[in-house]
Amino acid sequence: MSQQASLYEQLGGEAAVNAAVDIFYRKVLSDGRISAFFEDVDMEKQAAKQKAFLTMAFGGPHNYSGLDMRTGHAHLVERGLNDSHVDAVIENLAATLRELGVDDALINQVAAIAESTRDDVLGR
Amino acid sequence: MVTIHYAKDNFELGEDQSVLDCLTDRGVPVPFSCRSGACQTCLMRATGGKPPEASQQGLKDSLKLQNYFLACVCHPTEDLEVALPDDDDIQAAIPATVKSLTLLNPEIMHVALECHAPIEYRAGQFINLFQDPTLGRSYSLASVPYEDDHLHLHVRRLPQGRVSGWIHEELRPGQTVEVRGPAGDCFYTSGNNEQGLVLIGTGSGLAPLYGIVRDALGQGHTGPIHLFHGSRDLDGLYLTGELHDLVRQYTNFNYVPCLSGGDVPHGFASGRAHDVAFQQIPDLKNWRLFLCGHPEMVKAARMKAFLAGASMKDIYADAFNVSQSS
Ligand SMILES: Cc1cc2nc3c(=O)[nH]c(=O)nc-3n(C[C@H](O)[C@H](O)[C@H](O)COP(=O)(O)OP(=O)(O)OC[C@H]3O[C@@H](n4cnc5c(N)ncnc54)[C@H](O)[C@@H]3O)c2cc1C
Ligand code: HEM
Ligand code: FES
Repeated sequence: MSQQASLYEQLGGEAAVNAAVDIFYRKVLSDGRISAFFEDVDMEKQAAKQKAFLTMAFGGPHNYSGLDMRTGHAHLVERGLNDSHVDAVIENLAATLRELGVDDALINQVAAIAESTRDDVLGR
Repeated sequence: MVTIHYAKDNFELGEDQSVLDCLTDRGVPVPFSCRSGACQTCLMRATGGKPPEASQQGLKDSLKLQNYFLACVCHPTEDLEVALPDDDDIQAAIPATVKSLTLLNPEIMHVALECHAPIEYRAGQFINLFQDPTLGRSYSLASVPYEDDHLHLHVRRLPQGRVSGWIHEELRPGQTVEVRGPAGDCFYTSGNNEQGLVLIGTGSGLAPLYGIVRDALGQGHTGPIHLFHGSRDLDGLYLTGELHDLVRQYTNFNYVPCLSGGDVPHGFASGRAHDVAFQQIPDLKNWRLFLCGHPEMVKAARMKAFLAGASMKDIYADAFNVSQSS
C-alpha cells in the first residue's frame, strides 16, 4: 500500500463502511447504555445515518461541519447525552473494527477522529 | 451536454454537478441531508434513461431494478428523465373491473381485479385502489403475474374503515374501480436461489407473502422457505388448505400457522407469529426476511431479525400503516 493512502483508503473505503454498518448498528442497539437513543427511529433511515457516521469516523468524504454535529445531536443532549455515551459509541466502533480484523494502529486513528468531535456532539 | 427532464421542465446539467444540485438550484423541492450518498433522503427514480451504477450504491436490488437512484451522487453522462418517488403523476390511474369478491374468513375479502390496460408488477408489491378520486388505499398483491390472470387483493375490514368497509359492503362484481401502481419494494428477486427465506405476516399481511412464496417457488428458489402466519384465533387464518397443498408439493416450503389467543389445536403453533419464527430460527445470519402486516409487528420483527443476524438489506417489509388523514 502506498505511503499516501488515506485512512479511509487503508480501511477499504465504502466497502469497509458497508461491512461495518450492520455490525456496528447491531452493537449499538444491543448496548443497554446507549440503545435508548436509537430505539424510537426509523431503522432504515437510522442505518443510513450510521453509514454517514462511519464514513466520517473512517476519514472518508463527508460534508458535516462541527455545527452540523452540534445541531444534529442537540435533541439528544437535551435527553441527557453525556461523555459516558460518547465513550460507549467509540468502544462499539473499536469493537466493530476489531471484529473485521482491522489493525490496532488504524483503529486508534478512527477512535481519534470520533474523539475529535466529542465537544461538538455534546454541544460544549 | 446532459439534460435532466423533470416534470415538464428540462434542465442542463452543469459540469461536475449532481442531479440533486441541478434540481434544487432550479427550485425543485428534492429532500436531501448528507449529500454524500449515505442517508438516502434524496431518493429519486429514473422514468427514462438509466441512472449510473454509482448512484445506486447501497440501494436494495428491488429498488435498483426499478431505476431508483440517489440524486446527490448521480452524475449521468446521458440524458435522464427523473421523478420524485411519491410523485403520483408518474403512474396514471388504470380502470379495473371487479371480477369476484369472496370472503376468505369473516373479516378478509378476496378481491380479483381485471385491469383494462396491462399492468407490470411483482407479487408482493401494492397498488392503490380508489373509491373516488380523492380516496385511495394501498392493498398488496397476492397474485403472481405469470400464474394468475387477475390482480388478487386480501382486504381486511376495519371498524368504520372507509375504503375497506366500502369494499366489503358496497362493491359488487362487474363494477369498475381505478387503481394506481404498482409500488413498493417488498418482493422476491432471483439470483441467490439457495438463500433461506423467512416470511412473517399477521392478518391480511398474508396477501403479499402468499404472492412472494409462490413467486419464489415459481422462479425455482431452492433454499428453505418458512412462512409464519399469525392471528389471534382460528377464524383469522385463511388459505390454510392452499398453503398445506404447497407444503406437500415443495419439499423446501414450510408453513406454520400461529395462534396468539388461548385455544391452540394440534397443528398450530402457540404464540405471536414473529415470536414463533425467531424461536424456531434463532440465527438469521444470511437469511432473507419478508415482514408484512401490523405496523407494530413489522417494527418489532425488523429489529429482532436484525439483532438475530439478518443484514439490513435482506429485510423487506411492508407495514400496513393505516392512514389517519382523510
Ligand atoms: C404498503 C401498504 C400495504 C397495505 N396492504 C394491505 C393489504 O394487503 N390488505 C389490507 O387489508 N390492508 C392493507 N393496507 C392497509 C390499507 O391501505 C388501509 O389502510 C386499510 O384498509 C384501512 O383503510 P380504510 O379506508 O378502510 O380505513 P380508514 O377510513 O382509513 O380508517 C382506518 C381505521 O382508523 C379508524 N379511524 C379513521 N378515522 C378516525 C378518526 N378520525 N378517529 C378515530 N378513528 C379513526 C377507523 O375506525 C378504522 O379502524 C396496506 C397499507 C399499506 C401502507
Ligand atoms: C462520537 C462522535 C459522534 C459522531 C462523529 C456522530 C456522528 C453522527 C452523524 C454523522 C449523524 C448523522 C446526522 C444526519 O445526517 O442527520 C449522527 C446522527 C445520530 N447520532 Fe451521532 N455521532 C456521534 C456520537 C453519538 C452518540 C454518543 C450518540 C448517542 C449515544 C449518537 C446518537 C445519534 C443519533 C440517535 C442520531 C440520529 C439522529 C436523528 O436523526 O434522529 N451519536 N451522528
Ligand atoms: S442526500 Fe443523503 S443520500 Fe443523497
